[in-house]
Amino acid sequence: MADFRDGRPDPAYGLVVEEVTVNFGGLTALDSVSLAVEPNRIVGVIGPNGAGKTTLFNVICGFVQADRGRISYRGQPMRGHRPHDLARLGIARTLQGVGLWPGLTVLENVMAGAESSVRVDAGSALLGLRRSSRVEGDLAHEATALLQRLHIAEHAGRYPGVLPYGIQKRVSLARALMAQPSLILLDEPASGLSIAEMDDLRELLRELSRDMAVLLVEHHMDLVMSTCDHLVVLNFGRVVAAGSPEVVRSNPEVTRAYLGEEVRPGA
Amino acid sequence: MAAARLPSRLRLPDQPMLRHLVLCAGALVLFYVLTVNLSSYHNYQVGLIALFAMVIAGLSVLTGINGQISLGHGAFMAVGAYTFALVQEHVTLPLALELLAAVAASAVLGLVVGIPATRLRGPYLAGMTLILALGLPQLADKYNSVFGGDEGLHPSQLVAPGAVDPNRWFAWITVLVAVIVVALLANLVRSHFGRAMRAVRDNEVAAMLAGIHVGRTKVLAFVVSAGCAGLAGAFLALSGGVVTTGDFPLSLSIYLVAAMVLGGAGSLVGPWWGAIAIVYLPQWSTSISSDFGLGSAVAANLALVIFGLVLIIVMMLAPTGVQGGVRWLARRLLAARFPRPPAAAGVTAVAGFPEPPAPATPDMRTEQERTHP
Repeated sequence: MADFRDGRPDPAYGLVVEEVTVNFGGLTALDSVSLAVEPNRIVGVIGPNGAGKTTLFNVICGFVQADRGRISYRGQPMRGHRPHDLARLGIARTLQGVGLWPGLTVLENVMAGAESSVRVDAGSALLGLRRSSRVEGDLAHEATALLQRLHIAEHAGRYPGVLPYGIQKRVSLARALMAQPSLILLDEPASGLSIAEMDDLRELLRELSRDMAVLLVEHHMDLVMSTCDHLVVLNFGRVVAAGSPEVVRSNPEVTRAYLGEEVRPGA
Repeated sequence: MAAARLPSRLRLPDQPMLRHLVLCAGALVLFYVLTVNLSSYHNYQVGLIALFAMVIAGLSVLTGINGQISLGHGAFMAVGAYTFALVQEHVTLPLALELLAAVAASAVLGLVVGIPATRLRGPYLAGMTLILALGLPQLADKYNSVFGGDEGLHPSQLVAPGAVDPNRWFAWITVLVAVIVVALLANLVRSHFGRAMRAVRDNEVAAMLAGIHVGRTKVLAFVVSAGCAGLAGAFLALSGGVVTTGDFPLSLSIYLVAAMVLGGAGSLVGPWWGAIAIVYLPQWSTSISSDFGLGSAVAANLALVIFGLVLIIVMMLAPTGVQGGVRWLARRLLAARFPRPPAAAGVTAVAGFPEPPAPATPDMRTEQERTHP
């Protein structure tokens, strides 16, 4: 089932996933899944565990190759792309958990998010030329500004392992934002957050959508329903429902996917 | 422990090149004072320490910074030594170009080994590099018309100017080059390349998503590390005036890894501690053997045993190696001498290169475990 609301998507759309199928041996993890993420919109992908949400992210990122279907971004097809190409295309992703580098300080973690845009050759770096240190200084300045925007600048010199989980999540987000993406893929950003942190995240997502498109995989229904402009519901690798949060909420297929069906005696 | 902050007049410049120039100048002055007060033989040993520091520093970048293990760095040294000797035998070039040829040859081998190494990890990578350490000297034996067989090759030794003792001259040149190598590596490690190497070491999936080309980063680390080993091999050839396969046994590669861990994986000062252990422990073990009248079989293996014991003791006392222990001690002393104002306590300085939380160890996870987020 396709997610496109008015027939085929406009090529000007940000991300377009068309009829993507992924098989792992005999298991169909994604079955003809389609969706589109327009600029400045928040699209949520929901579904029970094992529905194929993370596989969908992995296909978009190039960790898994689709057996069938097409993916394009800003009208350009993404064929055989590798995960390290994403940042250059303007797509950033956070991982389930936090995925920070424990041996790098918070500031270094965030600075590394801009790796794809750094243009310093190995010779300049080896000789410690001014060009190399100037780029490093600019990156540190930019990363500090981002940490300030996310209210975690005081942790810049610390290592991630000593920080509370909520702060680590913000660092992970800051690292993704450092690449100045036009589309950000967030994999369960609310997991492990307190209610207060969840409220902050809600505000942050709205703020982010002013500058970029957001594709969100999330289990927290309150967050999803209150922030997303559009929802895609996956179950057993298939799109079972798509539409606005109100439409999805009232869809009986969605209720069945989450709660199952009543089993009548003798049925 | 309260963090210490030096008064601004005592702090090193933040700009990497300036910072490293100041440190290099300090190190060279220290070595000069040391060498003019040492005997000829001890100067020769200082030269050996410097050349081993070069190869261990390269290994520290590969393993400690980038997380790739190599048990074959003795082979890269052999390539550097044989290239240096062969170039000298067939062409007349300035010493600097002969050394560069040695670096280039071992760097090319580093590229050849580094490309398949991007797909291997932990024990598999260790196995591949181990084969290199075992197999490469056999090649030199097989083509003895080129490599001189058991007789080896005989490059000329350094000619000291005027009345300077040849061993002191050897020590000066080797220390100068080693300090430059360490400074260049420090520049690289502090640049975005170093950050990418550490990111790849800690989490390849996250590194890829940040736009880091994991394969290229790993190959770069291998090439740089092999180049350092080749340069050290050339200096080893210079030190003895002869290059044979017996100079590069498997135990040399094992010693190099152990010395890197002993000094502190990922540190660029730590390799000097490791190099001191490589040069002095065999000498001490020989003394112990003769003092206690031990048999030749025991004496031959005593150095490895002592090295192992020292490594165990150091790891128990200072898990980040000797240099990590020295830094910890220095911080304690500085904290007592220059206490940080309470308001800033607990926050590590952003500038500079703060100590990582745990010793860097090669990742032993499988490909699937690491690449499936």
